[in-house]
Amino acid sequence: MQTLKLVAVSAGLSSPSSTRLLTDRLLQAARYRLAEQEYAVDVQVVELRDLAVDIANNFATGFPSGRLQDAIDTVTGADGVIAVTPVFTASYSGLFKSFFDLIDPAALTGTPVLIGATGGTARHSLVLDHALRPLFAYLRALVVPTAVYAASEDWGSGGDAYTEGLPSRITRAGNEFADTVAARPAGRVEDDEVVPFERQLADLRLD
Amino acid sequence: MQFGIFTVGDVTTDPTTGRTPTEHERIKNTVAIALKAEEVGLDVFATGEHHNPPFVPSSPTTLLGHIAARTENLILSTSTTLITTNDPVKIAEDYATLQHLADGRVDLMMGRGNTGPVYPWFGQDIRQGIPLAIEHYALLHKLWREDVVDWEGKFRSALQGFTSTPRPLDDVPPFVWHGSIRSPEIAEQAAYYGDGFFANHIFWPKQHTEKMVHLYRRRYAHYGHGTPEQAIVGLGGQVFMRKNSQDAVREFRPYFDNAPVYGHGPSLEEFSRETPLTVGSPQEVIERTLSFRDYVGDYQRQLFLVDHAGLPLKTVLEQLDILGEEVVPVLRKEFANLRPAGVPDSAPLHPAVLASRTEKES
Repeated sequence: MQTLKLVAVSAGLSSPSSTRLLTDRLLQAARYRLAEQEYAVDVQVVELRDLAVDIANNFATGFPSGRLQDAIDTVTGADGVIAVTPVFTASYSGLFKSFFDLIDPAALTGTPVLIGATGGTARHSLVLDHALRPLFAYLRALVVPTAVYAASEDWGSGGDAYTEGLPSRITRAGNEFADTVAARPAGRVEDDEVVPFERQLADLRLD
Repeated sequence: MQFGIFTVGDVTTDPTTGRTPTEHERIKNTVAIALKAEEVGLDVFATGEHHNPPFVPSSPTTLLGHIAARTENLILSTSTTLITTNDPVKIAEDYATLQHLADGRVDLMMGRGNTGPVYPWFGQDIRQGIPLAIEHYALLHKLWREDVVDWEGKFRSALQGFTSTPRPLDDVPPFVWHGSIRSPEIAEQAAYYGDGFFANHIFWPKQHTEKMVHLYRRRYAHYGHGTPEQAIVGLGGQVFMRKNSQDAVREFRPYFDNAPVYGHGPSLEEFSRETPLTVGSPQEVIERTLSFRDYVGDYQRQLFLVDHAGLPLKTVLEQLDILGEEVVPVLRKEFANLRPAGVPDSAPLHPAVLASRTEKES
């Protein structure tokens, strides 16, 4: 049976980090759902903190270091991507944005993406829809409807009459994401062939 | 095999003294560097072309014409000639004239230029970079090979019954390289015409060079110009040398750390690992340069960048002495020993093309 590759990108900075914690919970939810459907799943987490200097250097030199290239290849080669950031100054963190700035704009086209964010207060929860969702819309990724925001208080409460608690939101998001990944046709083909010169000339009507 | 230097022509503050050369000094220094290249026995001097500060070489054929008059053997080339924003008719005229003045010691390298605002200054659009490079070169190629040209394209006014003068020296068009970092269309273009392909091979990881050169070689054979091994390949390289490796690193580090393009990023050690930059003893430069052959095959031209990032003239001239005395003679011998029979040791340049034609006729 085909193995599905799930890759999570976590932009948390501390250790332990609530961003990493949310990342792991989302991954776990997706895994359970896929395991129920008897898919083999391979999971990798890219911690952006470990790549912070490499990411900055890429902006200075114009090319990624070997290990940053590996991380980029891991993300763009995934069957589904979970992307989680802390909220900094009313948006995703600069490190999170910088990493995705270095990914080819076409490399995530059609890739299922589950977005998540963490913050000290629930007042920032619309960052998911005002910042993260447009970012992945630009990258033409397939963002699943449920996105998960975890405020500090969410880790210790079970929801209320108006909102589900964090665990059930994580499960719903994980299920949507897993189903989208499973439904997606497998194996993008790398198109590395050169356009023959005759055709390049013909396009200019110079033949 | 030919060895030489290529310059970007940047006016950069020397970070160790805080002194910035004037444009006049930079232009005169460039001439001094070219003359020194000939004096120490290098084969090629190539100048960049830029139309924005902090660069001075906006008029390459003026510079190269002056150097031609003061040298005997040096091949004058470019790195690169902007095929996108220059009128191909003017390139045809300027470089044919230079070819006559330099008695054939001229070739040139086509490049696109990657600075967005420069394009509209010359009535063009960077988003059309590749189509411009293809159409303009198709016209240039024709202008140097057909006495009377009728032509119509997308980007330039049409020509009816046009003759580009002067005609190339002895009707041998200047040899052309196509330079690119990672655009497969340009490798394909070089292969189609049987022209040379030059990988800039500085500031970038070798993987780009490897991939592009292999593509070019494969397509060169596809278009019937020879075997992949016979394709004409040139490489850049960036070096700084002192007798002792540690002295080279110590002296170059401030220039590295503050350099335009890559400064204020990774350390010199990281950048040396990730790109072909070699800072060390002449022996280290020899070994690193020979290793280029492992991933591009036997090639025909090696150009070094030695004069950027604010290095003072005196230092650059010392670098040329080391290249000429200790590095290039060894490289010539080693590369020649490794080169299999049937793989050319040079691009087909003017004297060789003329000689082979005379031989056929007699």
